[in-house]
Amino acid sequence: MLKIENLHAEVDGKQILNGLSLEVGAGEVHAIMGPNGAGKSTLAYVLGGRPGYEITQGTVEFLGQDMLELEPHERAAAGLFLGFQYPVEIPGVSNVQFLREALNAQRKARGEEPFSGGEFLKVAKEKAGLLKLDMEMLKRPVNVGFSGGEKKRAEMVQMGILDPRLAVLDETDSGLDIDALRVVGEGINTIMRAPDKAVLLITHYQRLLDVVQPDFVHVLAKGRIVKSGGPELAHQLEEEGYEAVAA
Amino acid sequence: MNELATLPTTRDENWRYADPAWLASADLAQLNDWREIAVPAGETVCEILSVESGAERLRVHVGQGGRFELFAINAAGPYARAEAEVTLEEGAHFEFGGVTIGGGKNRQEFVTRTVHSSPGASSNQVVRAVQWGQAVGNFLGRIEVVKDAQKTDAAQNFRAILLEKGASANAKPELEIFADDVKCAHGAAIGALDETAGFYMASRGLPPEVARKLLIHAFVADAFEAIEDEELRGEMLAKALNVLDEEAV
Ligand SMILES: Nc1ncnc2c1ncn2[C@@H]1O[C@H](COP(=O)(O)OP(=O)(O)O)[C@@H](O)[C@H]1O
Ligand SMILES: [Mg+2]
Repeated sequence: MLKIENLHAEVDGKQILNGLSLEVGAGEVHAIMGPNGAGKSTLAYVLGGRPGYEITQGTVEFLGQDMLELEPHERAAAGLFLGFQYPVEIPGVSNVQFLREALNAQRKARGEEPFSGGEFLKVAKEKAGLLKLDMEMLKRPVNVGFSGGEKKRAEMVQMGILDPRLAVLDETDSGLDIDALRVVGEGINTIMRAPDKAVLLITHYQRLLDVVQPDFVHVLAKGRIVKSGGPELAHQLEEEGYEAVAA
Repeated sequence: MNELATLPTTRDENWRYADPAWLASADLAQLNDWREIAVPAGETVCEILSVESGAERLRVHVGQGGRFELFAINAAGPYARAEAEVTLEEGAHFEFGGVTIGGGKNRQEFVTRTVHSSPGASSNQVVRAVQWGQAVGNFLGRIEVVKDAQKTDAAQNFRAILLEKGASANAKPELEIFADDVKCAHGAAIGALDETAGFYMASRGLPPEVARKLLIHAFVADAFEAIEDEELRGEMLAKALNVLDEEAV
């Protein structure tokens, strides 16, 4: 599904990704762990196509397409979803309006019929219910006045509505209490655990991985994957720390 | 409320951002020809304005407890100015929502002078500017609070979004306050469209032009938020955004 090869990227002239390679197959959940400043968010942004992140070497293939050729909105229509570490506030634009426009823009790009207001609301209600987010929140402007936890749950509602093939989730667990963590983790499982979907889960903590059990765990340090393994690697990291494991 | 004896120049505070070429050939008699509106005590008058090329000047007197609302779209050029001089009696209110929107070399401005002449009057002014090309959007808002006009509440807010490098905006709040129990809030911010929001929206599948329109829609909506009639509010918004669709790159 996703094949990253020898990726080098820089921001503001500073090299951050240093030959990162990673392959994610359909039906798989991969966790990426690593110390602060390792380049995890940078990887997510590069995959999303954020302006200012310059790729100097390497390739990214997504569902057989050269992903680096696509504009950010085209990547979304192709099936990529980016869960932001810091979801962005958009004053004056309601979640409902934003997500309906986004979903229909994606559908249009794929040559599908747009959702009517009624069809959209039905899906939105279902996903909000799944993440235990009050439907009233979706009528409010995107992320404005949301608590940290609400923002993360709203991200997952967005993911549910947009129904991507690949979700790259950047510290979706940060800012969540234990109960919310379970809700979010189970939401990820319900929405993304399917044979034709995949997840790249960026996290610092084992506790999310207890709910969303990864098939593979990778350690990202200094801009590249320095170690890969199965779920046991996450436990080892938790016990011994990044330095010991990644050395 | 002085008549102009000679044509103003950009050295006059009130005309500092005006188009000098236009000013040089302006018609003095026309400039002195204010449109007068009197709002009777306790009543509400709502004025909707589509600003046209040149200068339009309104002189408004709002009686005790009255309310004057002015909502305006300024999408004209090459020089388009709407000016309002509003005098508020006791407990009266002035509500102003204005949008300048345009590109090319258009110079679009709102100029207000709000006189709180008695206690307990309030005013609220919200101006939004969306400019591209080499266009300029201006808001000069002068607030005068006379001695004894206690419990005055005057608010002014100006924000501009510049879609291209050559565009610009100017805000000039001017406060002349001679009472001491006065609440006066003003803010001004000039910037580009929020790139972070733009990327966030793109990451959800919105093409840049759709994302931009949503953001500008939300931005402009601030100016018309105080319009009670929902249909009218929608029309004003649509009209402003239409300029973006038709003219912006
Ligand atoms: N806009 C930027 N300009 C310069 N350096 C940046 C920028 N964004 C991130 N960095 C740097 O890149 C490195 C990786 O950051 P990031 O990808 O956010 O790490 P992580 O998510 O793993 O904590 C850090 O050293 C950070 O300081
Ligand atoms: Mg990060």
